Amino acid sequence: MSVDQNTVRKVAHLARIAVQEDELDHFAKEMSTILDWVEQLSEVNTDQVEPMTSAVAQNMRVRADEVTSPPLRDEVTRNASGAEDGFFAVPKVVE
Amino acid sequence: MTDTSNYIEGLTGSWEIVMGLEIHAQVVSNSKLFSGAPTEFGAEQNTQVSLVDAALPGMLPVINEKCVEQAVRTGLGLKAQVNLRSVFDRKNYFYPDLPQGYQISQFKDPIIGEGLVEIDLPDGSTKDVRIERLHLEQDAGKSLHDQHPSMSFVDLNRSGVALMEIVSMPDMRCAEEAQAYVKKIRAILRYLGTCDGNMEQGSMRADVNVSVRRPGEELGTRCEIKNVNSIRFIGQAIEYEARRQVEVIEDGGTITQETRLFDSKAGVTRSMRSKEEAHDYRYFPDPDLLPLVFTQEYVDAIAATLPELPDDKKARFVSDYGLSIYDAGVLVSEKVRAEFFEDVAKGRDAKMASNWVTGDFFGALNKAGLTIETSPVNAKQLGELIDLIKDDTISGRIAKDVFEIMFETGDDPAKIVDEKGLRQVTDLSAIEAAIDEVMAANPDKVQQAIEKPKMVGWFVGQVMKATSGKANPQAVNKLLAAKFPPSAED
Repeated sequence: MSVDQNTVRKVAHLARIAVQEDELDHFAKEMSTILDWVEQLSEVNTDQVEPMTSAVAQNMRVRADEVTSPPLRDEVTRNASGAEDGFFAVPKVVE
Repeated sequence: MTDTSNYIEGLTGSWEIVMGLEIHAQVVSNSKLFSGAPTEFGAEQNTQVSLVDAALPGMLPVINEKCVEQAVRTGLGLKAQVNLRSVFDRKNYFYPDLPQGYQISQFKDPIIGEGLVEIDLPDGSTKDVRIERLHLEQDAGKSLHDQHPSMSFVDLNRSGVALMEIVSMPDMRCAEEAQAYVKKIRAILRYLGTCDGNMEQGSMRADVNVSVRRPGEELGTRCEIKNVNSIRFIGQAIEYEARRQVEVIEDGGTITQETRLFDSKAGVTRSMRSKEEAHDYRYFPDPDLLPLVFTQEYVDAIAATLPELPDDKKARFVSDYGLSIYDAGVLVSEKVRAEFFEDVAKGRDAKMASNWVTGDFFGALNKAGLTIETSPVNAKQLGELIDLIKDDTISGRIAKDVFEIMFETGDDPAKIVDEKGLRQVTDLSAIEAAIDEVMAANPDKVQQAIEKPKMVGWFVGQVMKATSGKANPQAVNKLLAAKFPPSAED
């Protein structure tokens, strides 16, 4: 499977990763190699096989509808790049 | 038969509007979908944010069983397929109010599949709207853009709160139908207790997909109007958007599929260009969560606890109480209304109870800008007022005055009747005395009434006036009829 430069540019943008123009070719080749490698799996016939969601068969754990988390405003905002008046503060984003 | 009454007339002919809605309804629960932080509305910014909601490294989501139950309950109320196995996916996009960088949602395998809702239209008819699916997902936080010149402020209190996204099929053809659909969904959710339906607080909001086409032709390209938060705005947004699309097409243009915002001040929809490419969400199953699996017995146990829903209640009000379909519809449109009516009607004349509740009572609430919850008059008091009319303590006319005083003061009707001396005069001799007095004072009118029996009506009015409206009107009529027997010529 071959990945072109435009796909790399688009994926990088969606993932908010800065990729320079002169790096596109390099990444395109690397991603193609990875996908080709994974592509080998499609040689196996899995028509009758249920997708595996866990190594051990188990159901999803659930919790009761209880409030267990105390107010943590200082803790959650402590590592934010910006915080003001109890809010997270980010460069202005307006529609 | 094709209904053409909803078509829009353009310059080049008729157009049909086609609409589907996505309703986001906040699940009633104490804590969030995947964390133990509270969900209460109006808390101080970022005080209801757990480490999971802030997406701090290493935190793992654990699902709230109540939210699952609420989704199943809603599915049953929408007469929908409940899927015993569903899967949570990550919907990936970047925005400051989404700290995880993805929303946990359900994409390929939602918890609820196809269902059906009957909507009630203003002309009294009904129409079926198909439900495509309902899935559970996390709400995002809230961004404030007007608090600082160069920064946006983010409050994550809502982040992670459970939402049900209810997706309809494109079955609606005019603004009234879309509005009726939202009202019906809201009523069902409130009856079920799965969402409070409060659109002002944002616990329920709708995305409206609008397209236009020539009647009978293929579907046109649709635009999605995001986050419309009142039933009135939904109507305005649709009217505007449909006309805009017709104008674009008739001017030779084409509609581009896009997300638009409704500006309620200007009454127009505007393009949200920045969201365009963000539509590539790269969904994949969330590796932090196993598939959600439950048994048919679990679903049956929830089904056994479902309350009577609006359609069934309406049918019962018509058959058991003899109400008109219209009145029954007005009463069941909200659970509290139906409960209030049934409290008033209990052991009483249901028709009379319905007239008082839908007439004077709702009228007074509307005028005062109050709701049943904040009403100064409760169901017990209104019932007592009806009792006073029924046992002839007061006339229906005086009852209206008593009701007004009840609404002002919150006093019991019996107390008001006693204090104001409004008890109806049923003592025939007292009424007769009043009649005689009026007759003695107006010999000319007496003469006229003997000649023209229609004039007797004047005496009824005078006697009622003389008794401050307290005379029993039937008694007055009867006694006056005896005084002025129909003349031979008639």
